[in-house]
Amino acid sequence: MKHSEVDYGDVQGLVRFGYGKMVEASYALLRVRNPAAARAWLRAASVSSGVAMDPPPTTALQIAFTAYGLAQIGVPESVIAGFSPEFLTGMTEESRTRRLGDVDRNAPSQWSWGCGDTVPHLLVMFFAEPGGLTGFIQSCTGQAWSDAFEEMRWLKTADLDGVEPFGFTDGISQPQIDWDRQRDPTKPQIDYSNIVALGEFLLGYPNEYNKYTDRPLLEPDVTSADLLPAEDAPDKKDLARNGTYLVLRDLAQDVRGFWQFVRQATPDDAAAGEKLAAAMVGRTRAGDPLVPIQEEPIPGIGSKPDEARQNRFTYDSDPTGSACPFGAHVRRSNPRNPDFPGRPASLLKRLITMLGFGPKAFRDDLMSPVRFHRILRRGREYGPELLPEHALEPAPPNEPARGLHFICLNANISRQFEFLQNAWIVNTKFSGMTGESDPLLGTRTEVPACPVTADFNLPRDGRVRTRVSGLPQFVTVRGGAYFFLPSLRALRYFAAERS
Amino acid sequence: MTPQSSFMVLAPIEPSREAELRALLDSMNEAPGRVDPNNSLIPFAQFDRLHFSRLVILDDQTTGDVRVYDMEPQSYPLYLAFLGDIDGDAQSFLEELAYRAGDGLRALFSCCEDFEPATDLVKWMRKCETPPIANYVNWQGRTVLRAQEEAKLYDAVQGYLECNAAVLADLPAREVHRRLHRFVQTEKAAGRLTLLREEETPFDWSVRNVLHLVGMPLIFLLALPLLIVLAPFYLFRLRRLEMTDPELCARVGQAHSDGLAAAEDHLVTNQFTAMGSLKPGLVRLLTTIGILSTVNWGARHLFTRGRLARIRTIHFARWVFLDRRQRMVFFSNYDGTVESYMDDFINKTGFGLNTVFSNGIGYPRTNWLALDGCQDERKYKDFLRRHTLPSQIWYKAYPGLTAIDMERNSRIRQGLESASLSEEAAREWIALL
Repeated sequence: MKHSEVDYGDVQGLVRFGYGKMVEASYALLRVRNPAAARAWLRAASVSSGVAMDPPPTTALQIAFTAYGLAQIGVPESVIAGFSPEFLTGMTEESRTRRLGDVDRNAPSQWSWGCGDTVPHLLVMFFAEPGGLTGFIQSCTGQAWSDAFEEMRWLKTADLDGVEPFGFTDGISQPQIDWDRQRDPTKPQIDYSNIVALGEFLLGYPNEYNKYTDRPLLEPDVTSADLLPAEDAPDKKDLARNGTYLVLRDLAQDVRGFWQFVRQATPDDAAAGEKLAAAMVGRTRAGDPLVPIQEEPIPGIGSKPDEARQNRFTYDSDPTGSACPFGAHVRRSNPRNPDFPGRPASLLKRLITMLGFGPKAFRDDLMSPVRFHRILRRGREYGPELLPEHALEPAPPNEPARGLHFICLNANISRQFEFLQNAWIVNTKFSGMTGESDPLLGTRTEVPACPVTADFNLPRDGRVRTRVSGLPQFVTVRGGAYFFLPSLRALRYFAAERS
Repeated sequence: MTPQSSFMVLAPIEPSREAELRALLDSMNEAPGRVDPNNSLIPFAQFDRLHFSRLVILDDQTTGDVRVYDMEPQSYPLYLAFLGDIDGDAQSFLEELAYRAGDGLRALFSCCEDFEPATDLVKWMRKCETPPIANYVNWQGRTVLRAQEEAKLYDAVQGYLECNAAVLADLPAREVHRRLHRFVQTEKAAGRLTLLREEETPFDWSVRNVLHLVGMPLIFLLALPLLIVLAPFYLFRLRRLEMTDPELCARVGQAHSDGLAAAEDHLVTNQFTAMGSLKPGLVRLLTTIGILSTVNWGARHLFTRGRLARIRTIHFARWVFLDRRQRMVFFSNYDGTVESYMDDFINKTGFGLNTVFSNGIGYPRTNWLALDGCQDERKYKDFLRRHTLPSQIWYKAYPGLTAIDMERNSRIRQGLESASLSEEAAREWIALL
């Protein structure tokens, strides 16, 4: 395949880096006060790119827009209309809330931001190394900032040292982006691979179907002169190239509720409690998987001891779910399944499988291949640390909020984030089960004619499964929105002076 | 075994009474997309042989697509389609319908052409019946009654496990199975559970089934010499068409999309209706007939136990020709959201989608009929959404059960029918609980 390399200087850094060293971060949710002033601030903003620098920078600035935000700063409607329907209609569209599990306690009407008048226009993300954040924010938010924006809300983050609020090591498993486009996605994937097509995470490049995801393509003119051409339509300018969609959800975590429930389910035995919690997550608190590591390498998973220990596994070794329950959070969110059940190596075997005469056990072939549903997670925690042992104590008055500002990047919100959230996380019928949704993220809301939604089953080999019933809702959605994270060129296009 | 069958009553709507019909249909719903199963017009819940039913106004917005072939769009009548998937034969079911829901049906059908107060309802429905060219049933022989019995059995088993969790926890699989078998025997004897034996397969159905099983391949064999001679010409023509047939995959408008979405995702199962015009010419028509006859044969004889190729989420599906085979409608009932349904198809059975649907005007470009096409995921999804119609009324007899749920329940029941299982079988069986 002949193609140009990705211009990292045009990509916002968050796509390439998690900014792990910059442990301080704060996200501003903004509404545009004055479009011209907003564009002026955007023109002056020094947005961090994906170029690797030596020494690495100590601060980073990233900017994303909602569809309303684009309209507010004066991007023509005809241009905005080229973005995806999910982005245009937003996270709170009524039928979408049903699919995402944003109902009852999670309903947008209960959110502290993101619904109606509190839909942000812009998301401006500030990252800094220890001690640097306040100064960095000050340096970016002078008079020009105040003229341009109304600060709707600041989302503060906390550095819990790689551990999410429930106490589990987080951010271990990420897809490896095929930046150099070495892999041919049209080849059937017989074994699980962690390498995912560039176009799944960056618009303007071929995705896992080897196609270009729909996006606004502009006629070349003065305003779009600086934009890159579209690879699949060279006479058009590709506004979204090197950009992607950013999903932000404010997920409040009931840490006390979680550990108190675990303790109550295993009253006499702290070790059993730890085991139950690990089964719900699908990893130990240290981040080790519950299934054995395999000998054979997995493409896209490094051989460094830590990475191999934590990520070189699939669930092939655990078809009964007795080591890691089918419903465990990490098994739901990444089932690590390739294109076919039973690894049909020869063309003939693949044909037989395709025609429906492959493996026929009850649990065979229940899920769509995972490579079409990967996301790049870039979330950060908030709230003070609460160790599991302290979580058993009753909450003090004025208990601070704890949780996750969940952020994920994907090129196709409906096929990636929404599919994952709907079919794998919220779905009470996931993987042939009935009566349970994600033990951490599930809503427990009754589905019509399916009254039970709060179970959690732990399969055991040759024995009746253990069942934990009556799981409370541990995570509540407090806000959210779909953003577009533009390339630096697109950012300049958005911010250009308009008459 | 009681075989399943289907009916579809299709009648042109009297143009002056469309609004009245729509209002009547709306009155059968509790809320958009949610039918009242005991509504006064057709109290669906009273029919214990009825799996799924729907009433759709076949308002095809894409009839103008033929213009890409320089043809003038035809003015087709606006049809009302009333369809159902049932246990046993259609004739007796239509009689039952007329008996229990005669007034409601008359009120609905009086908005259609050729329906007078004096019309014999059953005869009229039979006259308006439009058979499918291909029909799929998830599990041949699983009646509504059986699905419900097995769901109750599942609940009873779960209740028993709950009450006896401590005792059962460390028992080996065979022992757990033995105890559950005994428990179910007791429950049956006490009349708290019923698990009726399968009825005899109707003789005439079996005969027709064998004839169909053998007949189709036989016709194919007889026609083979001719097909071999024609194949080069056919392939040449098909390739020409594939390279030149225009694609029509525009994104649907927000209003259309919202209208569809309002009725979706209320239950774990959704309905799907898609309609469009066939590409003109004999090659496309014969291809469609050939492919769908093959699908129908496969669905009837090979894919009778929970899987249509690799797809396990479809309860019932059918393809129907309309208007002298110029148009086609596809109906299905599937588990999950429309997005996951489409992904399932593209990722698991893309070749099937292509061979069947690429004969519709505007389908994303295929190669050799089976390749590419829907692999252009975005175009395919937009194409499909453009042809999707909202169903005014949709009923499902077992709203909480997915096809997989029912398969699990059937497997549990099957295991409980033997008094004792082998060690291996017991281990596999206990994992279903």
